[in-house]
Amino acid sequence: MHGYRGKALELLYRFNAYAGEHVIIELDSKRYEGIIMPRYESADDTHIVLKLKNGYNIGISIDRIKSIKSIEGKNQIKIAEVEREDRGLSKIAMISTGGTIASKIDYRTGGVRAMLTAKELYDAIPELGELADIYPEVLFSEYSENLTFRHWSMLAEKIYEKSKEGYKGIVVTHGTDTMHYTAAALSFAVSINKPIVLVGAQRSSDRPSSDAATNLIAATTFASKSDLNGVFVAMHDSISDDTIAIHLGTRVRKNHTSRRDAFKSIGIKPIAYVRNGEIIYNLRVETRREEYILPKFEDKVALLKYHPNMDARLIEYLSELGYKGLVLEGTGLGHVSKYLFNSIEDAIKKGMIICMTSQCIYGRVRMTVYETGRDLLRIGVLPLDDMLPEVALAKLSWALANKEDVKSVMLKNIAMEMSDRSLVD
Amino acid sequence: MLSYKDLNVKIGLEIHQQLATEKKLFCSCKSIEIEKHEHEFFRRLRPTQSELGEYDPAALFEFKKGRIIRYIASNNNSCLVEADEEPPHDLNSEALDIALTIAMLVNSDIVDEVHAMRKIVIDGSNTTGFQRTMLIALGGTIDGVTIQSISLEEDAAKIIDENEKIKSYSLDRLGVPLIEISLEPVTNNAEEVALLALKIGRLLRATKRVARGLGTIRQDVNISIANGNVVEIKGVQRLDQLKDVIEYEVKRQHGLMIIADMLKERIDHLDTVVKDVTSIFIDSKSKIIINAIKSNGNIKAINIKGFAGMLGFEPYQGIRLGKELGEMVRSYGLGGIFHSDELPAYGISEEELNKVREILGTEKEDAIILIAGKNVEDAINAIIKRLEEALKGVPAETRAAKGNVTVYSRPRPGAARMYPETDIAPVVIRKELLEQIRSNLPKGWDEYIDELSSKYNINRIQAEKIFDSEYLNLFERIASTCKNIQPSFIVSLLTESMTSIEREGYDISILTDDKLISIFNIVNEQRIAKESIVDIIKIMINNRCSVDEAIKNLGLESISDAALKTIIEKIIRDNLEIVKEKGDQSFNILMGKAMDKLRGKVDGKKISILIKEKISQYK
Repeated sequence: MHGYRGKALELLYRFNAYAGEHVIIELDSKRYEGIIMPRYESADDTHIVLKLKNGYNIGISIDRIKSIKSIEGKNQIKIAEVEREDRGLSKIAMISTGGTIASKIDYRTGGVRAMLTAKELYDAIPELGELADIYPEVLFSEYSENLTFRHWSMLAEKIYEKSKEGYKGIVVTHGTDTMHYTAAALSFAVSINKPIVLVGAQRSSDRPSSDAATNLIAATTFASKSDLNGVFVAMHDSISDDTIAIHLGTRVRKNHTSRRDAFKSIGIKPIAYVRNGEIIYNLRVETRREEYILPKFEDKVALLKYHPNMDARLIEYLSELGYKGLVLEGTGLGHVSKYLFNSIEDAIKKGMIICMTSQCIYGRVRMTVYETGRDLLRIGVLPLDDMLPEVALAKLSWALANKEDVKSVMLKNIAMEMSDRSLVD
Repeated sequence: MLSYKDLNVKIGLEIHQQLATEKKLFCSCKSIEIEKHEHEFFRRLRPTQSELGEYDPAALFEFKKGRIIRYIASNNNSCLVEADEEPPHDLNSEALDIALTIAMLVNSDIVDEVHAMRKIVIDGSNTTGFQRTMLIALGGTIDGVTIQSISLEEDAAKIIDENEKIKSYSLDRLGVPLIEISLEPVTNNAEEVALLALKIGRLLRATKRVARGLGTIRQDVNISIANGNVVEIKGVQRLDQLKDVIEYEVKRQHGLMIIADMLKERIDHLDTVVKDVTSIFIDSKSKIIINAIKSNGNIKAINIKGFAGMLGFEPYQGIRLGKELGEMVRSYGLGGIFHSDELPAYGISEEELNKVREILGTEKEDAIILIAGKNVEDAINAIIKRLEEALKGVPAETRAAKGNVTVYSRPRPGAARMYPETDIAPVVIRKELLEQIRSNLPKGWDEYIDELSSKYNINRIQAEKIFDSEYLNLFERIASTCKNIQPSFIVSLLTESMTSIEREGYDISILTDDKLISIFNIVNEQRIAKESIVDIIKIMINNRCSVDEAIKNLGLESISDAALKTIIEKIIRDNLEIVKEKGDQSFNILMGKAMDKLRGKVDGKKISILIKEKISQYK
């Protein structure tokens, strides 16, 4: 119950007490009055957490507790709310997938839950109510590291469905850890004539300094005002709260564990910025494509980062497991050790499609420069130019599930995931 | 003189003391202040619901002001943690150790498991929008006064600059560990409370593990009088200020009660009318009003039934309802208000006023308030709310100590401002740790004073003085290196002389430790006489110069022994008759003449020995 287990839980049961209850806890020589709070799941089972009247939480050792007495009628939990109605502004669909953005802590359970209604959203971020009429919908509620290809498919289908319902744009709230994978996957799986903006937060939305609000406002601004189509990621451009960068979904990467400006466009500039409620276009690109939905993803695809001394049997094992595609994150211009050549060749012969990207992250693979690269090309490894490794994984999985001519699809630009020009700046 | 007993004055003291740890509370940055900051960034903070689903009123208030916050930072004393760009690291165990030590010294009951909490503060003083704080212990006593709680928390960023649009903070101080000791309210008078604060300060400093110097200890005071609400006053830095602030605040609260009583005789509820009166003032001679209209603002008028004369009424000098309102609207970005008790004035004419009265339907016993500016609705709501409070007396609010008075800063926060810091796991306080701390408890203040006094051969009063000053560490440094100077002289210079120099209006804060040490070193080397130190300090402050430059400026280059002998010789010869006539009795006269010439350049003792020698030669 609410993180309590073992001895602590037994004690609560013994006194018929529960989290959220207003109680007096009696010890040998003193008594504490307060509300029993949920306990962290990872914490020990020998303390009860009590919120005192002064707002502080303390842990009380269960060995010292003589009794827990309930105080009647004092444990209501209030939720502050403001009424708001549609104002005839642009309609925006906001699909929630999890993460701390557009979510609130439910202190009764101690968990985080998505904001379920527009009212809750406007309540937390009043500016949103002046920007657009938002229709929030919770698709799933997962930390982004728990998302699978199945979630990508569900999301792509949901977006396509929403695109037929007269929304001006679509905002997807997402955990940041794998948001760039999802952005890439959606870029291939769904094409609609509306902006699809993924947005996350690096500081959880339960804190006043959270970047959730500014990011969400910028994402909504872009989704409701931009005429660009495609999949974008809206996140802080710097550690200041003033400018939000709009990145192209196939060219963006999470590059920092914690900073607000963790997401960076790689080898390209952000498409636009949102500053003071205005969109400032940075790069005019033609992203318009024919509308389609191809939401399937092949599960048997892997991304492998080459490192010195890598065991060739890893590739053999993938082949035995029936993997259909493998993206290698090679060194430099696109290399792996010659000791892997045999396994790679065997795997390709058995039908696996193996692609090369670079772990340098910046720059493109050029496999004709060194003998190693040339050998790999000869064996049949596909050079993916300047495509990011994570993007390549999503694309390969998508191509295997939806396309016949996977090899040529992989080598051809579909959603600006690859370019033939690398610029000085 | 107000009787605190009759008024049932209750004063709750909260002491915030920085701890002298090597690192900050939740990261490995050093706790130092610096002058140059190479980084800058901008933020906005917004209120969040507490775990009980409530918004903190103080937080909402700050958010509505809509100000941008600018932070400046340096790699020398802050990192991504202070910038709120990286989660906090583990709790600094040294800081926890000190907090537990202090709790033990005052017999406070230490909690079994410490939970870090987020205390919402969205004025920008914390990049996160909250202060991390942990309750360490409950109960105990200091000097007979019961302790409510002892907490360990992080210090806030220091404000550097502030205007209507932007507030600037430096991250230097952010995250420095602080111990907060909250006392039960006492009914003592201001002087007794100041003494209590002094005693707590002494107890803390005697541990040798807390920071010293201006700004390292701060007092907050909660004050209430009978039938009034609690007012929280923040940021009292000095004990003499504490006494004055308490006396001012009690006077203010009593004044508000007098006003409330008078109002209650006139009306039984508040009745206001608000109208837009911009059109009346299109050709106004008031600059403030015209500027507001030019920048697309409006002029709003509030009629308040039965308030005539009450906005300007002064139960005590400087205590007026009008002033309270003026201070309050300033936090809504307005310059102030105009009210009918002070009008016509400030370029507003009787004629304009009459037109306003007509629109509002003002009667003789009513008062009027005029407000000029853009988006003044929130300010008007706040004024009306404040007027309602005026009927009751003293509203609950947070005020700031400014000099010897208090000014409005924001509504009082509630318990809704506190929720768990989920980034930090709770810390179980192990019995072994407590035992280890208990067997190493530091000496008490009394013992400390004894030790100081015997170590440096100074009397107890001097030991207390230097202990209470900001210069204890500096004193110990100087006394142990400058062996030619008597410690008692160093004490009197660092305490009495420094205080009187400051009272004369010199800014002693620019005298760094290094500068003071350089002065004593030169005296120690006997390059100058100790009598001239005060003059040198004044020159150093005035000219912002080094000690060598100050010496040159004062013409104090030291005189060689040979030259000194020649000068004394000459004085004796010029006054040979007196020497012959009075013998040893002539010493005072000759000494006086010598000092006129040599004051500050040569040690008086040296001169006196030479003169005595010469007298015995010539008499």
